[in-house]
Amino acid sequence: MSFDELYSEIFMEIYDHPHNFGTIESADLKSEDSNPLCGDKINIYIKIDENRRITDVKFTGKGCAISMVSASMLTDKIKGMRIEEVLAIKPEEVIELLKVPVGSTRVKCALLPLAVIRKATGINP
Amino acid sequence: MSDIWESIRNDFPILNRRFNGNRLIYLDNAATTQIPEYVLDGLMEFYKNSNANVHRGVYALSEEATDRYEKARETVRSFIGANRPEEILFVRGSTEGLNLIASSLGKYLFNGKKGGIITTIMEHHSNIVPWQFLQESGAELIFADIHDDGTLDYSFLDMIDENTKIVTVTGTSNVLGVIPDIKKIARKVHDAGAYLVVDGAQLVPHKEVNVNDLECDFLVFSGHKMVAPTGIGVVWGKYDLLEKIPPYMGGGDMIKEVHKYNATWNDLPQKFEAGTTNIAGAIALEKAIQYLKKIGMNKIEEREHTLTKMGMEIFDRMKNVTLYGPHENRASLFSFNIGRAHAHDVASIFDSLGIAIRAGHHCAQPLMERYNVTAMARASLYFYNSEEDVAMIEKGIEKVKQVFRT
Repeated sequence: MSFDELYSEIFMEIYDHPHNFGTIESADLKSEDSNPLCGDKINIYIKIDENRRITDVKFTGKGCAISMVSASMLTDKIKGMRIEEVLAIKPEEVIELLKVPVGSTRVKCALLPLAVIRKATGINP
Repeated sequence: MSDIWESIRNDFPILNRRFNGNRLIYLDNAATTQIPEYVLDGLMEFYKNSNANVHRGVYALSEEATDRYEKARETVRSFIGANRPEEILFVRGSTEGLNLIASSLGKYLFNGKKGGIITTIMEHHSNIVPWQFLQESGAELIFADIHDDGTLDYSFLDMIDENTKIVTVTGTSNVLGVIPDIKKIARKVHDAGAYLVVDGAQLVPHKEVNVNDLECDFLVFSGHKMVAPTGIGVVWGKYDLLEKIPPYMGGGDMIKEVHKYNATWNDLPQKFEAGTTNIAGAIALEKAIQYLKKIGMNKIEEREHTLTKMGMEIFDRMKNVTLYGPHENRASLFSFNIGRAHAHDVASIFDSLGIAIRAGHHCAQPLMERYNVTAMARASLYFYNSEEDVAMIEKGIEKVKQVFRT
């Protein structure tokens, strides 16, 4: 894994200013999960319309740069998607989204946000 | 002096490995230590020449394997100053050892009776969870606290009374590097008629230990934290006590007679060694002890003290870095956090420099809660680490601070 790629300026910029960070009071779907390995914890709040299309999504949490950046990018990606489309997102797509090589141990950090989103939408990861 | 330690490094082939173009700087010794060629050769030699199952065979090869296995037991006995070789039980490691003690001593003490078990907030999960199992049998689990600097708050000694059955404490904290005063605890425990268990996983590899001096009733430790392979560890218990408590696992070798609905137990130590044990592991542990003794446990302790002092100077200098644990009288490990950076990011950035450190809760979640953190990064040393290795901790911290602008 190349360090300069993993902790690039762009990556750290997202970590410093994550998109969609916060809560939604009147969320239709919400969930939380943690990664026992490192204690990362993520809460997801989703608002959907009558067509089960995501109109808004926010997250809160505490964790490493990889999990936080993944949550930022993934919440960006799913906004406007239908629940069924969200459930079809594959783990590989999340890793691809991050655009950085993630080592085998840290993959769990990268995939935690996806797991929480799936949990919120009613499907276990 | 430094020449000795330089040549010692050559005993460990793995220290020549390179990662991402960097020399491996192995600072995860509290998790597992590296193995010198002397021990690896010993392990291989046993398999090449003397491998057979022990105790049951009547042929010469099995007798030789048995003799070597029992000689390894004697080497361990002498290493920790135990009175009798039967007091040495070979197990997989400290975790299995603590489970054995909790199960067998628990059955003996809590058979329908209530009583207290005191442990500490800084214990490894392996010295918490096995005792939790006994809550079903009437045990009440009580946690001794620590001071903010990590040192044990000895006021728990006043809680020890006739209701207390067991006190179990680490010989050295795997997170804080705190070295509790076992003797001081032992006297109070024994005055109350209770038993003292010591988790020696982080103690025995680093300094000379004599169980009679420690005055505890049980001690456990793991081979793989003292230059032996994984899968071999030791329980030491007082002979009379091991005689009284029931066996842990049932199976071959631990029995005297088996009938359809009952069985009688073999003598010590076989009573606690059901099934085929890690025979070659015991031989390798003997080799590891020989290797450590050749250097000298006092020399090892001195060497680690020097390296630890060097490390402390780095942490004293660093701003915005939280080091957990006491300043004085600490073992050779450093658990820390750097500003806002998550410990896993810290470990990844150290890794990019070839430095292997650990990050996470270190199997001590109650302690993480006590400090209100989810994770810590930890650099832990052994005698084969060099001054350059320790200096790299500073390089790692600087790089983290640069990336996280903290």
